[in-house]
Formats: sequence, C-alpha cells, structure tokens
Amino acid sequence: MTVHLHEQGVFTWSEWAANLSREVHRPGREVDGSDYFDCWVAALCALLVEKGVADPETIDSLQHSWQRAAEATPHGKPIELANDPLR
Amino acid sequence: MHDHDHHDHHHDNRYTDMQARVRALETVLTQKGLIDPAAIDAIVETYETKIGPRNGAHVVAKSWVEPEFSEWLQTDATAAIASLGYTGRQGEHMRAVFNTPETHNLVVCTLCSCYPWAVLGLPPVWYKAPAYRSRAVIDPRAVLAEFGLVLPETRKIRVWDSTAELRYLVIPQRPEGTEGMDAPELAQLVSRDAMIGTALAGRPA
Repeated sequence: MTVHLHEQGVFTWSEWAANLSREVHRPGREVDGSDYFDCWVAALCALLVEKGVADPETIDSLQHSWQRAAEATPHGKPIELANDPLR
Repeated sequence: MHDHDHHDHHHDNRYTDMQARVRALETVLTQKGLIDPAAIDAIVETYETKIGPRNGAHVVAKSWVEPEFSEWLQTDATAAIASLGYTGRQGEHMRAVFNTPETHNLVVCTLCSCYPWAVLGLPPVWYKAPAYRSRAVIDPRAVLAEFGLVLPETRKIRVWDSTAELRYLVIPQRPEGTEGMDAPELAQLVSRDAMIGTALAGRPA
C-alpha cells in the first residue's frame, strides 16, 4: 500500500523514511522492535494526515466501524464495512 | 492444539485495533481513488513471483563473464543495473560491493528495512528482524556463523548500512570449477542470501 501510494506521487520516499524513522524512535516503543508494524501503520497515518489525504477523525471512526462490522458478521462470511450496525 | 482451536472460534470475527486501522486506511484511500486493492495485490505478486532475486543473479553472473560490465558495475552500479532494465521503484541509487579473498561484504539496514527490491524482490523476514539489524553491525562474524557461513579469521567483514537513497548489492566471488559455464548457468549458483552477504555463491553440482 505504501509503495503504491508513493508511485501515485502522494509522498516522496524520503518523506516516508523520515516519518517511519520518527515512529520507530518515538519514546515508549518496544526495544526489540516487535511493534515495527504498529510503527509502520502510525507513520503512514501521520503522513496521510500531513498531506491532507485523510483526517484523524475519519480514520478513527472507520477503524471503529470496521471493528463493529467484524463482530456483527457471522462466522465464515466475508467481513464488509456495510455490516457495521451503526452505519 | 484442538482445544485451542475450539476456544478461539467465537473470536474469529474480531479485528484488533491494528487490523481495523489498516482496513480503515484502505477504505479512505480507495474512496479517494488513491488505491485500487487489485493494484496492491498485483505489486505483491510481481515482487513475490516475477522479480524474486533472479534479476540480481543475472547482474552477478554477467559481471563474472564480462569484465567491462564488472567495471561499469564498480564505477556506476545504478546505470549498469538499469541497462538491464532493473530500476528501483523508489529511485534509489545502487552500489555494488565486490567480495574478494580478503574482504567479505554484508548488507543490513539498521534504521528500517531498506532493500534493493528491483534486483532482489521482497526482503526475507529475518532481514527486517531487529536482531539482525542490530547484531549484523555489532558482531557480523557471529551473525554469519548463525547462517552457517564461517569465514577464515583473516577475512575482513565490511558491513554496509542501507538508506532510503542508497542500496547495496553484494557481488559474491565466482566459485571455483565454473570456468566452462555461461551466464544463465552461473546465475543458478547465485542465491538471494549470497547477494545480501549471508552466504557465498553455490558450487556447481
């Protein structure tokens, strides 16, 4: 996803590297790097907010919506956003 | 095992915060027309199956059989590699580091996991692991031994730390007993790990 967005010209690779580096070195991160994927996602969110592509409220609200949708979806069926009972 | 599977059943349809956040990003970006989920799958598929490390092996084998290409690779690896049609998606520069009887080269990215995708495909999981990223610099000889590569004490090990702008490709030494082989045959002896520096080129069967 990150590579694809870079190819679309949403951000430069140096901007991405700087954002990822900032997240990885943020105080409170795991010393063994086991939260590397969390860092990646946080960095991508921050960069998209910075670039005006997405706002934090929308990302948060969609995140919760996906979680409600997942819990409302019967086992074995594909989880779709439309399954969120509050949407 | 069975008990465990059983217990987990009613948790199946639950996203962790992180899974849900990734889905949320996908949703926002798809709505904005910035990503097409099919395009993402296509990228992963390309790197997994089409590129792999074969492009890199082609570069190495060519440098073994063509001294002019080898020289070009030493002076301007970015251009030499691009002449074969392999260019980085992120516009990064390439540098080729040649193993010699005196020096062995090893590549790492201590910051994150910068990797020469255009020639090596997707990075192996261990390349991204924090243990490799820190220990390759501190104690490369021990790390290589864990990969089963024990080098003579007299051989120096140079560790190259990749960045977003500069990626390294290790050119292993051509194995003995390969004098009669052509480039496609030689390329078969060049593994991904040999081009990262955690292995040597294979010997002919």
